[in-house]
Amino acid sequence: MLIELKGVHKTYDNGQPLHVLKGIDLQIEKGEFVSIMGASGSGKSTLLNILGILDNYDEGEYHLAGKLIKNLSERESATYRNRMIGFVFQSFNLIGFKTAVENVELPLFYQGVNRHRRHEAAMAYLEKMGLTDWASHYPNEMSGGQKQRVAIARALITHPEIILADEPTGALDSKTSVEVMELLTRLNREDGVTIIVVTHESGVANCADKIVHIKDGLIERVEDNRLHHASQFGTDTIMK
Amino acid sequence: MRHRFDFDTFREIGDSLFRNKRRTILTGFGIFWGLFMLLFLVGGGKGLKQSLSLTFEGFASNTMVMISSNTSKPYKGMKEGRYWQLNRKDVERLRLLMPELDVVAPMVSNWGLTAEYKGNTTSCAIKGISGNYHKVEAPKLKYGRTIRDADVEQERKVCVIGKRVYNDLFPQGGDPCGTFIQVGSVFFQIIGVDFSSGNISISGSASESVMVPFSVAATLFKRGNNVDIICVTGKPGIKMSSLEPRVRSIMAREHLFDPTDDQAMVVLNTEQVFSIMDNLFRGVNFLIWLVGIGTLLAGAVGVSNIMMVTVRERTIEIGIRRAIGAVPRDILSQIIWESVLLTLTAGSAGIVFSVLILNVVERIVPQAVTFQISFWTAVLAALLLSVLGVLAGLAPAMRAMKVKPVDAMRDE
Repeated sequence: MLIELKGVHKTYDNGQPLHVLKGIDLQIEKGEFVSIMGASGSGKSTLLNILGILDNYDEGEYHLAGKLIKNLSERESATYRNRMIGFVFQSFNLIGFKTAVENVELPLFYQGVNRHRRHEAAMAYLEKMGLTDWASHYPNEMSGGQKQRVAIARALITHPEIILADEPTGALDSKTSVEVMELLTRLNREDGVTIIVVTHESGVANCADKIVHIKDGLIERVEDNRLHHASQFGTDTIMK
Repeated sequence: MRHRFDFDTFREIGDSLFRNKRRTILTGFGIFWGLFMLLFLVGGGKGLKQSLSLTFEGFASNTMVMISSNTSKPYKGMKEGRYWQLNRKDVERLRLLMPELDVVAPMVSNWGLTAEYKGNTTSCAIKGISGNYHKVEAPKLKYGRTIRDADVEQERKVCVIGKRVYNDLFPQGGDPCGTFIQVGSVFFQIIGVDFSSGNISISGSASESVMVPFSVAATLFKRGNNVDIICVTGKPGIKMSSLEPRVRSIMAREHLFDPTDDQAMVVLNTEQVFSIMDNLFRGVNFLIWLVGIGTLLAGAVGVSNIMMVTVRERTIEIGIRRAIGAVPRDILSQIIWESVLLTLTAGSAGIVFSVLILNVVERIVPQAVTFQISFWTAVLAALLLSVLGVLAGLAPAMRAMKVKPVDAMRDE
């Protein structure tokens, strides 16, 4: 079991307490392609933050690759994030004054890998994304799809246990959305990368093998979607 | 976990500075200007002090000059306002009674005279000096020699002329020694040319004087035994101000004026003048450093302030860095090193620019004065800068540390 959540609760306390997660139990195996679906305010982003060790939780337990992730120091959580999790964000979140290859290198920089090896690894991943020619371009010179592929390369470079994608197609048109989702699917099928996609688009969610529906801080149901028939619109394309 | 400062880290910091040029230049300018102002002021103060010191050039710093004047108090039945005069016996008296004195040099002088040589004329003053006067006011001999004791004893009609007199009478230049010039109705043979540019004037500054043997001048101006001025210098280590009361009492006893009558004899003490100068420049220096360091501090606060704003602007970037594995210390050291690198680069530019400007000033100013700051002043400034850089980076770095990786997840 790669990810195991048991009775995870999370309450935000901004003036008045807001109980966001009300006891989440979730298991994800290595190599799975899971999407987490839910309306805004359902708690899916909070769940993603907890899965990504970006945020703490109040109650319950979260095991990631056998390690209990609870009450970690900033340094420990940064190290776990760096080694075990690759992030793909809705708004790409590339650093604007760094070229594509430098952006991809950055996680290895914080691991202390030397410049030469970092560069080689980053170039290898950019090649895999079909972006070799764009390596020395800055993010603002690239299209949304290209930027997201750079971000995926950056997420992959540390060989993480999981890829966490937060609305990865949120800022893309439908054509590039399909491309990005196909890329993620291929990574999952061919390289066995565990992928968790958080989305509110049913078409995107339909790409995954398992769909976790969240509603009001609880898991409503877990849907087996190996046939990819979850969305009536999602069979051929992604509805925008 | 990596916590070392290597070339890679340096490049990472350099990149984030040099790829955000506008931000960097704006931030660095305060430091650049602060350091430039500080060093320029320090250099300027130094040059000013030197140029003022030139005024006292050649003058022994422990000299006392005595001039008789009208009494201001009645004494032993004599009315106030009585005039008395120094005389040659006073010279002997001071030599005998005050062994602390090194030189006792009498002088008679007359000014408003005209010197002439082959049709060239100039106004000048004649100073009759003794053979040891050069120990009071050191000449800068361009040609020849000074007046000696033998010249005084044998009443030779010889003279040493000052720079301006020489330039006016000998516009073509060359060594004038041996030629005769006419001053008033008397011919003097030139034995030396004094190029001293000091501006302290005892009966006229050196450059406008024709210096002749004391005995010759005394006869020429019909002074008899009288002396206009007596200059004395103390032996090494003697403070002239401590001798002044005794000199006064000796003169008062001899010339029958009230020893408490300060106005009866004018005493000019160069030691006092020098100490006033020193105090003045200590004050000026203090002001210079105060203003300079103030400007520099303002620059540092500016850097801190702008970096504070940039950290806010860079929340997403910092959040991304944190999300992909930067520990808080990575962020802290990045911001502090950015600040240090920025202050050092901008500051070095300030140092170079001030050295350049001071060099130009040095070329423009006609006097031979050093405005340039010393190597160690520059080193001190650089050290000060590094400290300022760290301090300026501290507050923004603390704020950057507080950025949570979740902040990167939010939409811009």
